Amino acid sequence: MPRRSRLHVPRAPARPGEAPDFSYVRLSAAGAVARPDVGSPAADIENLSVELIRVLDDQHRAVGAWNPHLDVDTLQVGLRHMLLTRVFDDRMVRTQRQGKISFYMKSTGEEAVAVAAGLALRPNDMLFPSYRQQGLQFVRGARLVDLMCQLLSNTHDMCKGRQLPVMYHSVPGRLFSISGNLATQFPQAVGWAMAAAIKGEDDLAASWIGEGSSAEADFHHALLFASVYGAPVILNVVNNQWAISTFQGYAGGEQRSFAARGPAYGMPGLRVDGNDFLAVYAATAWAAERARKGAGATLIELVTYRAAAHSTSDDPTRYRPKEDYERWPLGDPVERLKQHLIAQGEWSEQRHAALSTELEQQVAAAWTEAASYGTLTEGPRLDRDLMFEDVFKELPGHLAEQREQLRRERG
Amino acid sequence: MNMIQALNAAMDLMLGRDPAVVVLGQDVGYFGGVFRVTDGLQRKHGQHRVLDTPISEGGIVAAAIGMAVNGLRPVAEIQFADYIYPAYDQIVSELARLRYRSAGAFAAPVTIRTPCGGGIRGGQTHSQSPEAIFAHVCGIKVVMPATPYDAKGLLIAAIEDDDPVIFLEPKRLYNGPFDGDPNKPAVPWSTHPGGEVPDGYYTVPIGRAEIVRPGAAVTIVSYGTMVHVAEAAARSLGVDAEIIDVRSIVPLDVETLAASVAKTGRCLIAHEATRFAGFGAELIATIQERCFFNLEAPIERVAGWDTPYPHAFEWEYFPGQARVVAALKRVLEGR
Repeated sequence: MPRRSRLHVPRAPARPGEAPDFSYVRLSAAGAVARPDVGSPAADIENLSVELIRVLDDQHRAVGAWNPHLDVDTLQVGLRHMLLTRVFDDRMVRTQRQGKISFYMKSTGEEAVAVAAGLALRPNDMLFPSYRQQGLQFVRGARLVDLMCQLLSNTHDMCKGRQLPVMYHSVPGRLFSISGNLATQFPQAVGWAMAAAIKGEDDLAASWIGEGSSAEADFHHALLFASVYGAPVILNVVNNQWAISTFQGYAGGEQRSFAARGPAYGMPGLRVDGNDFLAVYAATAWAAERARKGAGATLIELVTYRAAAHSTSDDPTRYRPKEDYERWPLGDPVERLKQHLIAQGEWSEQRHAALSTELEQQVAAAWTEAASYGTLTEGPRLDRDLMFEDVFKELPGHLAEQREQLRRERG
Repeated sequence: MNMIQALNAAMDLMLGRDPAVVVLGQDVGYFGGVFRVTDGLQRKHGQHRVLDTPISEGGIVAAAIGMAVNGLRPVAEIQFADYIYPAYDQIVSELARLRYRSAGAFAAPVTIRTPCGGGIRGGQTHSQSPEAIFAHVCGIKVVMPATPYDAKGLLIAAIEDDDPVIFLEPKRLYNGPFDGDPNKPAVPWSTHPGGEVPDGYYTVPIGRAEIVRPGAAVTIVSYGTMVHVAEAAARSLGVDAEIIDVRSIVPLDVETLAASVAKTGRCLIAHEATRFAGFGAELIATIQERCFFNLEAPIERVAGWDTPYPHAFEWEYFPGQARVVAALKRVLEGR
């Protein structure tokens, strides 16, 4: 026993110059975790918050009770969306480096988190993403040009130049407006789900939050309200290990899993291999079925790794080993789904390369069109009068006066 | 009808008229609210329409935003304005800006009702008047009624408004008009014309001030409890004051204020909230911009001291009649 109190300062498993160390990541073998009935009481299935739900094994087979038995079409669609996400992300970072957009955030290494969940939900389910689930946009049919125009804050920007890049929304796609403030969407999703239940509708809400921002009070508000009212909502914690430079221990991940917060609030917590497309799909489908049966909310922790920088303003080589991601035990989600399809004889390296090329061309063509509507540095600009609109539904007098003042200022 | 009954009537009516309206907050359901404002509403409209919530202001406002995005019109109660700060980020960064950031694709027509102001022995955690804090935020409307009539009409207007509204209820006025003298027997609303509240639907438009008493000698601009204190102070001094109840802090009815000060040439601002960077500062700046050449004297301001609201010195803190009278004299003498 120590003789006095002490301050525990979490220490990252590895910093630059040190060997990557993922011994802290508790793994389960693919197929090893039982899949309980969706109506199971949360208290009976707490093991799901400790173990790791995995479907794809090392031989690229789908195994175990969580295997969602998806048809080849769905798998190929999933692969396509994930690859598109990656291609899009890569290309957008290049445009940022060229000074065409101000900022970007990649989701590289986490593509399955968004794409598999998106495919497992119904089109009417309302999604409240954070800024790193662009895969949801593709699943919900966003046009590349529309996303790019948002990134460019140009004349076709859905946000009329008011938001940082990546803060998309879509009314037809049922994708809530992304906030640059962290965690705020989590309890809002619960409110949305409560309203669905009040109205007697069958739609559910799903939200995503990083493990880092799960430290915000809003995370706990969300779990509390979801639990108290049994709201039809799926609350996803994307544990990508890193919140800029602070590792997940600073959000409380050293002591318990993030999934374990579910049972603490009286709801199931599923700890899922976030780089396993099939596991993410299966866990989401399980939680969705549970919610639609009136059994309430589920917390899902998706164990993944942020392979890229936090944003284009970040340099991860300053706080973690360069080769960290290569040693990440859960691999690359795109590669794993690709190998699964190849193992079934439903895909090949050649087809994969061809798809890559096709998507790169699609993205390049979309960029040419989007840039024609204006970039940060050239082309047409948004009408600055728009700055004063949508503060309120109707333009109040003082804003009309300020709009006039700006017109006079700028001639 | 007192203000509690008027507010209750507004919510009862709107719950009946519009199935999208829901009421949520701590103690608002089964119990009917600590000030009884939601009394009987859950019994009448059901527990899916009038929801008790956890003690979680941030959660209440966030849930209300999500509900509003899903087509409901939530009326959220924050039990005391002093408790609203845990919800501040949801109000400022989310509720106020959702329409703007999504270019109108999403909006959250949420009404947040909350009792404010002192005079009930509430000490520093049950007496605050935070209107200036919200007036400074772009994208929310802020209103404060001073009579039961306005309370009902403004609350119906707030619930119907497609923008979010912070609805501040001066709790010292719940049971009767209050002239600032705590030693006098309480006066019921039945003695005041503002206590006459029609049955049924009517609105008091947001964005319009009311001239409570026309006058020629000086304009007193006030809102909430201080409207009644100012009226009594002017009466005791025998001054022909034009008394304006701002009612709507955002948007502000600048025209009514400017027209009055242009006429009287003198202006006194009275609010209960702390003085420094209080809403009175904005009122003074706006009025002098519009009326500088009409002014016969510097605009005076009466407010709470720049201290927390002290429990033991409530009436020394409260800007009562004596403070208003002294300021009125200064503004009338032109100093």
